Amino acid sequence: MAISQPFPATTPASRADRRRKPLRPSRVVLYAVVLFFAALFGFPLLWTLMASLKTVQETFAYPPVFFPATPQFGNYIRVLSIERIPVLLWTWNAAYITALTTLGTVITASLVGYSFARFSYRGRDALFLITLATLTLPAQVTLIPQFVLFHRLGWINTHLPLWVPAWFGGGAFGIFLMRQFFLTIPRDLDEAALIDGASYPRIFWSVLLPLLKPPIVTLAIITALATWSDYQSPIIYLNSPDKFTISVGLHFFVQSPEVGGEPLQHLLMAACVLAMIPAVIIFFAGQRYFVQGVVMSGLKG
Amino acid sequence: MGTDARVIAPARAPSHRPWLARIVGAQTAVQTHRALWGYLFALPWVLGLIFFFGGPILASLYFGFTEYAILSPPKFIGLANYDRAFNKDDLFWPSLGRTFLFTLMFVPSAIVGSLALALLLNQKLKGTTFFRTLFYIPHLIPAVALTVLWMAILQPRMGPVNAVLRALGVADPPGWLATRDTALLSVTIINVWAAVGGNTMLIFLAGLQGIPNEYYEAASIDGASAWAKFRKITLPMLSPTIFFNLVLAIIAALKVFTTAWVATQGGPSYATWFFVLHIYNEAFQNFRMGYGSALAWILAVILIAFTLIQVYASRKWVYYDGD
Repeated sequence: MAISQPFPATTPASRADRRRKPLRPSRVVLYAVVLFFAALFGFPLLWTLMASLKTVQETFAYPPVFFPATPQFGNYIRVLSIERIPVLLWTWNAAYITALTTLGTVITASLVGYSFARFSYRGRDALFLITLATLTLPAQVTLIPQFVLFHRLGWINTHLPLWVPAWFGGGAFGIFLMRQFFLTIPRDLDEAALIDGASYPRIFWSVLLPLLKPPIVTLAIITALATWSDYQSPIIYLNSPDKFTISVGLHFFVQSPEVGGEPLQHLLMAACVLAMIPAVIIFFAGQRYFVQGVVMSGLKG
Repeated sequence: MGTDARVIAPARAPSHRPWLARIVGAQTAVQTHRALWGYLFALPWVLGLIFFFGGPILASLYFGFTEYAILSPPKFIGLANYDRAFNKDDLFWPSLGRTFLFTLMFVPSAIVGSLALALLLNQKLKGTTFFRTLFYIPHLIPAVALTVLWMAILQPRMGPVNAVLRALGVADPPGWLATRDTALLSVTIINVWAAVGGNTMLIFLAGLQGIPNEYYEAASIDGASAWAKFRKITLPMLSPTIFFNLVLAIIAALKVFTTAWVATQGGPSYATWFFVLHIYNEAFQNFRMGYGSALAWILAVILIAFTLIQVYASRKWVYYDGD
């Protein structure tokens, strides 16, 4: 069941047997189909982008218009400066929660993965099995007692319940991923460093971690995307608008897209685009590692 | 083996081992030292398991048998919560049935659609990397932003979908998320659109690329049609991947929440009131922590049962290389 090596590059272009094919009628059909799907996925995205650049009148035009007469780039400045709808604050809240969650997950999952891969002690294998078993449990089961726990700690309507748990191992997926990669590094490296008198923390930090950049980036991207997009946890813990993350804030905005009776649907679309951009940037920054990580998680079974 | 390069000291007989070595399961002083470091590195997760998994699981089991409104201590009421769910709660069976109906619509569309996209991207067309990225973006955007986007697209009056339908001569286009008859279908469309080019497709793509090309070449020499190759080579070789994606898709579908909650708050008139929505509403809107816990366990049992059924069923149809 274990992966013993990083998954090789999976892009179709990297296949060794790539050959130039003549454009046969069947290929034309294939291109037509792929363009159809491109429109199916691209159109709603493009519509939203265009809607975010419209005036209020264009937003409510009937029949609807696709392109704004003059793109209203000012919408993006305005949406960041409405007092009742603090989009900038929500973005900052989500950004720092995402940063702390990602950091905690990467650091502690690496430590625990190191422990599972390189040390032998009583209870290790049982602990590892329990770790894998937590993957099958739906989050809904632990959500209510966790809420009670954080309520007792006085952490409701703070950001602490959203990022502190990530510093306790960061979850089974990350630990499993890191353990598998620690296992691929030859033990001789550790032993040589030990003979040179290096301590275990030093071996972890200076010898092994530099070799583990691919899984660390993978884990960081997967965690950052999930945290940035998360809605189910923040909606439970946060209840005042100045504490909201962008997802919760966007929901708050969509429920009443107006200020003092003035409709703000066009600004809602701008906020929607602003919520997507960081996710897309994170994805592009590490696309290569990310695709590998997804594929590996699919092959681990 | 856990032997350490620095160790030259002979291993002592177990009976003479110091108590600490016996506790950590080590033979020598150096091994004990090493085992203690192992515990130290695993400590964050051991605490995490206790505080965020083990403790909550036990607490949740117990809460399921209590009446608990968070401000006063839980009061033991035996099986009353489960009795209420199965026999008295008017929303329980409908929300469960609706969740299954959603799963029944979502899973086949998502799996067949993902497989079709993966097959398409595996044809070595020009611009494949671009298309793959474009297909993936819907899966990437936050669920709330996704929902807000589709609320605009499906807006009955100003939305582009109905504008196109009217242009095509549909006099009375559907109300999509706004009407009872079409809300569930609309939520399904949103979820399929977001899922079909995502991780499921990437995993299919990797699976397709793992099939040795020689099989197809041999089949070509024998004059097999494209369809025959798909039926006799691709599908069997891909069956473990299909199985994996199927399990993940079913689990995800049974937990559907955000799109329905943001788009319709479970409405109109409960048309998209799914099971997780029901749990959320009972636990965090009505603060019935005891009843919410009982509902969460019912969901957990359903999910685990589904996984087990599939693992069992997969033995009949999944082909693993080397079997």
